[in-house]
Amino acid sequence: MSKTEIKSPLPGVFYRKPSPESAPFKNDGDTVSADDVIGLVEVMKSFHEVKAGLSGKAIRFIVDDADAVMAGQPIAEVEA
Amino acid sequence: MTLRSVLIANRGEIAVRIIRAAKALGLRTVLAHSVADAGSLAAQLADETVEIGPPAAKKSYLNIDAVVNAAKAAKVDAVHPGYGFLAENADFADAVVAAGIRFVGPSGAAIRLLGDKVMARQAAARAGVPTVPGSEGRVADLDEASAIAARIGFPVMAKAAAGGGGRGIRIVQNADEFARQFPQASSEAAAAFGDGGLYIEKVIERARHVEVQILGDGETVVHCFERECSLQRRRQKVWEEAPAIGLPEDVRARLCDSAVALARSVGYSGAGTVEYLYDDATQQFYFIEVNTRIQVEHPVTEMITGIDLVQEMLRIAAGDKLSVTQDQISIQGHAIECRINAEDPHKAFMPAPGTIETLEVPNGEGIRFDTMLFEGYAVPPFYDSLLGKLIVHGHDRADCLARLRSALDRLVISGIPTTIPLHAALARDPSVKDGRTHTRFLEPWLETDFAQLAGARENA
Repeated sequence: MSKTEIKSPLPGVFYRKPSPESAPFKNDGDTVSADDVIGLVEVMKSFHEVKAGLSGKAIRFIVDDADAVMAGQPIAEVEA
Repeated sequence: MTLRSVLIANRGEIAVRIIRAAKALGLRTVLAHSVADAGSLAAQLADETVEIGPPAAKKSYLNIDAVVNAAKAAKVDAVHPGYGFLAENADFADAVVAAGIRFVGPSGAAIRLLGDKVMARQAAARAGVPTVPGSEGRVADLDEASAIAARIGFPVMAKAAAGGGGRGIRIVQNADEFARQFPQASSEAAAAFGDGGLYIEKVIERARHVEVQILGDGETVVHCFERECSLQRRRQKVWEEAPAIGLPEDVRARLCDSAVALARSVGYSGAGTVEYLYDDATQQFYFIEVNTRIQVEHPVTEMITGIDLVQEMLRIAAGDKLSVTQDQISIQGHAIECRINAEDPHKAFMPAPGTIETLEVPNGEGIRFDTMLFEGYAVPPFYDSLLGKLIVHGHDRADCLARLRSALDRLVISGIPTTIPLHAALARDPSVKDGRTHTRFLEPWLETDFAQLAGARENA
């Protein structure tokens, strides 16, 4: 079982929820497909969706909600 | 009292601007900054720095306790909030004053009154300032709102009472759509601003955005004439001018007098801006809102009046009377400001933080560049995309535009994409040259004229 990292396409602040009151896009252990949104990156006050980009099982987030991320930094991993 | 020191609770170009103004007055400057801004130009220029938290603004620049504690620890006499962040937060102003420190701006009570869109509109009406036809205040429910919309005529705007800066606004074209959108707008306002209150306003088609700069010392209020900010994208100002283009003198006088009347009616202290929509066709102006802080575009006013607004704010906070009387303030020539953002105008204005490789700033008569950039500076992704403001002054508008075209061609920022090409195109556009613009000019222009220019450039 190989693990694949999902990387942030942009630098900024990573959010796991569409809004502060909402449930997370994905929880640890969820299955994801390529087009699933797994979070948002806020860069210079504009919000950009982060898609999983691949299908996999048992997603595990490496960064917390509202953490600062760099472009290319792994934000989650899945079992491909 | 005289001020001896000031804490700057902001970042970017405005922090640099405030530090320079404070130093010119001989004040000790203390910069409150996030971890991400430790190496910023403002941090280099300030006499002292205090770290107030992690990069995310919510945990640093928006953290009232952290900023007030920094001000107390640094034993400053005053706090300047700049614009954005906590600048129009009445609780912050109150907390600063409660700590025995001067707040560079109006009282918390004045911020609270003028920051509430409904109360501000009522205050404007009481002071005799024309307001856009609409509800008298918050509407109770859909029935009341629908009746008002039917009376004033569609299209109408549903606006969040607690909104601002172009946020919390919905434009509705007809009654059916209104019935659907009203509850959504209310719940969105509740989520975004913690207050679901809405008010209704008529949409003025082809309006221009004009705004009057005011200064008050608690007793006397003066105006420093008006600015025009009609070139906007997504309700964010892109390019600003002073004075407004082709405004008849009698309209200018009534406009500026109305702003003074409103500010005087609330005993205003500090610098402020009263914003209006102006309808060219009818020569009517309508009050929109008051901003109780220094604005991004304040330099165009400084260029045409010769008044240093930030220094004046600091003197007012010290308890001084205004340094100028109304009859000493006059308009000299014309000024234009271009907001240079870290966005790619050819890629849907995608924001692009990164490291500045080269920076070449044009010099010459009437040219000013307010910025926090230096070569090697890494623009962080955590804050807004404003990199700097190119401000150009000329004898008249045509002279100003000619100087602006030259200055834009000589302004070089490399390493990240910027909006310089957008401004270079606007500065050569016939509609802009003739002043035939309004608040809904820029977005369609980007889709047509600017897209064509970009296409021609790629095919060349």
